[in-house]
Amino acid sequence: MKYLDEFRDPAAAKSLVEAIRRSATKPWTIMEVCGGQTHSIIRNGIDQLLYGAVEFIHGPGCPVCVTPLEMIDRALEIASREDVIFCSFGDMLRVPGSKQDLFSVRARGGDVRIVYSPLDATRVAAENPDKQVVFFGVGFETTAPANAMSVLQAKRLGLTNFSLLVSHVLVPPAMTAILGASTNRVQGFLAAGHVCTVMGTGEYGPLVEKFNVPIVVTGFEPLDLLEGVRQLVELMEAGRAELRNAYPRAVTDIGNTVAQQALADVFVVTDRQWRGIGMIPQSGWTLSPRFAEFDAELKFGVGHLEVQEFAECHAGEVLQGLLKPNECPAFGTTCTPRNPLGATMVSSEGACAAYYQFRRLETSANA
Amino acid sequence: MPEAGQVDPSNWVCPLPLRETKRIVMGHGGGGILSEELIENLFLPAFGSAGGVSRDSALLDVTGGRIALTTDSYVVNPLFFPGGNIGDLAVNGTINDLACSGAQPLALTAGFIVEEGLELEVLGTIAQSMGKAASEAGVSIVTGDTKVVGKGSADGLFVNTAGVGVVPDGLRIGPEQARPGDHIIVSGSVGEHGVAIMSVREGIDFGTTVTTDSAPLHRLVAAMLASVEDPNVIHSLRDPTRGGLVTAMVEIARSAGVGVELDEAKVPIPESVASACGFLGLDPLQVANEGKLVAFVDPVHSEAVLAAMRTRPEGAGAVIIGRAVAEHPGMVIARTPFGTTRVVERELGEQLPRIC
Repeated sequence: MKYLDEFRDPAAAKSLVEAIRRSATKPWTIMEVCGGQTHSIIRNGIDQLLYGAVEFIHGPGCPVCVTPLEMIDRALEIASREDVIFCSFGDMLRVPGSKQDLFSVRARGGDVRIVYSPLDATRVAAENPDKQVVFFGVGFETTAPANAMSVLQAKRLGLTNFSLLVSHVLVPPAMTAILGASTNRVQGFLAAGHVCTVMGTGEYGPLVEKFNVPIVVTGFEPLDLLEGVRQLVELMEAGRAELRNAYPRAVTDIGNTVAQQALADVFVVTDRQWRGIGMIPQSGWTLSPRFAEFDAELKFGVGHLEVQEFAECHAGEVLQGLLKPNECPAFGTTCTPRNPLGATMVSSEGACAAYYQFRRLETSANA
Repeated sequence: MPEAGQVDPSNWVCPLPLRETKRIVMGHGGGGILSEELIENLFLPAFGSAGGVSRDSALLDVTGGRIALTTDSYVVNPLFFPGGNIGDLAVNGTINDLACSGAQPLALTAGFIVEEGLELEVLGTIAQSMGKAASEAGVSIVTGDTKVVGKGSADGLFVNTAGVGVVPDGLRIGPEQARPGDHIIVSGSVGEHGVAIMSVREGIDFGTTVTTDSAPLHRLVAAMLASVEDPNVIHSLRDPTRGGLVTAMVEIARSAGVGVELDEAKVPIPESVASACGFLGLDPLQVANEGKLVAFVDPVHSEAVLAAMRTRPEGAGAVIIGRAVAEHPGMVIARTPFGTTRVVERELGEQLPRIC
């Protein structure tokens, strides 16, 4: 497949693995921030290829996983209303709230629809003027521009029945939180390519300097990831804290300025709860007061809903790289994709689900 | 109100406009004249069945072997999709369930649950597709049933087909028969049906039109069985429909208590399917097929079976994609092109597109 097959070539992967193994004089601990990268690493077995040279800690970059429980409960409350059509990306539907999930709401008669773009939700709103249409705006800097566009579109069309339940989170504050923690083990970062496609690389230089840690921006295909790791190991071996872009075909220094403008118009930075991690200051976006009429939290008065996580779930430690998914006492026993205790077991990007899907053989063999 | 015995023409109900309706009305399921007209004027001509005596059951002559009986309901939305519709899907799907039990299909039934308001032309087109598919497959639709439900109680049209076939004496094909060492053959490329449906359901343009692979497989199975002296060297057959190739392999692995080693690079995935799945965040191994089968075959005879499959159009793309092993019973382990391994598991419920 054009533009993909060349980044999945086994022979090229083999030479990259050999190069990494040659240059690594000791095992390095690195974190891939993005859940899409975690999925690709586990699916393709890149951690197996680099075993002994590189240990991957799977970062908090799965939007489904870090969306806080109270936000899921708010979504469930809104979606249960008779006058609401609730639109969401597909993999949010199975995320457990404190009592149920969106699938259960749908089974009880709630109008919950999977859409591929928030602009589909504005179309649904235009077609259903007698209903309130709400889109669940979750995700990082990658999904935020399209969500911002949906608000601008709704404003342009004069839609008064469209709103966004916003739970956007930002990558750099999460990296700051991880690096600033006394328990931090991360020696180098693979930064998320698609986040940088939008935002550019400018936010990462200050992290490199402040924490003296190398960061390499990379993509999602096996060769992208291996090339990112190769450059990162080279920097760590040389003791150089630098920012590198190993994904130049998709990432420029300045990023997508049109998208950035839409984000700046529609959203303002706010403190955010991260599921399993807790409050990270200035780590998310919420709707700017200028667009308050499109804020589902205000429209439906659900901002007060607050809840507690299941104590048995160690997703927070997993998301911070303090615990491998299979080291959790609940892994594969009380916590499975069928009965997830936490969101990391739900999304295919979640570290626990990825381990459950792809790594059960070795984890059961080692048990 | 007119007095008793008087006639008030304004209260007359003329049956003719109803009978000339272009849409299904509740009366088409009432068992009366409208029902009869629907059968005689729409279904029977479409299915090419002789009028004959109207009975409560079809009678079939059977000699030798065991009866195979299967049923499947079709609720696909939309009713029409690239390369087919719910009608030919319902015929081919049930034929394939018979074929994968080693049965040669004898006859099908057709049950329809029709939503009030469906255009008769739509029902007629679908019935004709069923008749054509059955005739091409050499199988008769011998009996049927129609019910009409109120507007909003069904999604246009649901079709159920049951099928009867005969498994020759001594043939033991079944999911529990797979053994360690078996070669696993897939009859062609995977993922087309599911992507064809998604492309129209979600209105997503993938650049090229992916059409369903819907096709009857009983002649392919007959050719496979005829290619070897002892047909029981073909241990297990399954058509990987909902849940895709993964589900078919996991089900056989669990029934037989064997493990599966899948050589991921050997699985034939069309570029259009791979790019559509990449775009939607889906796994082609989990996507539905309607004209493919997966076979577990004694490794000594797998080349002969493969050669026979490739002589038929529906098996032209057949390849060996893996083998059964004694280790990790019930699990499918994929070997990636990079030499690493991963567990391949069935979806919990429906496939959910990823966020990003």
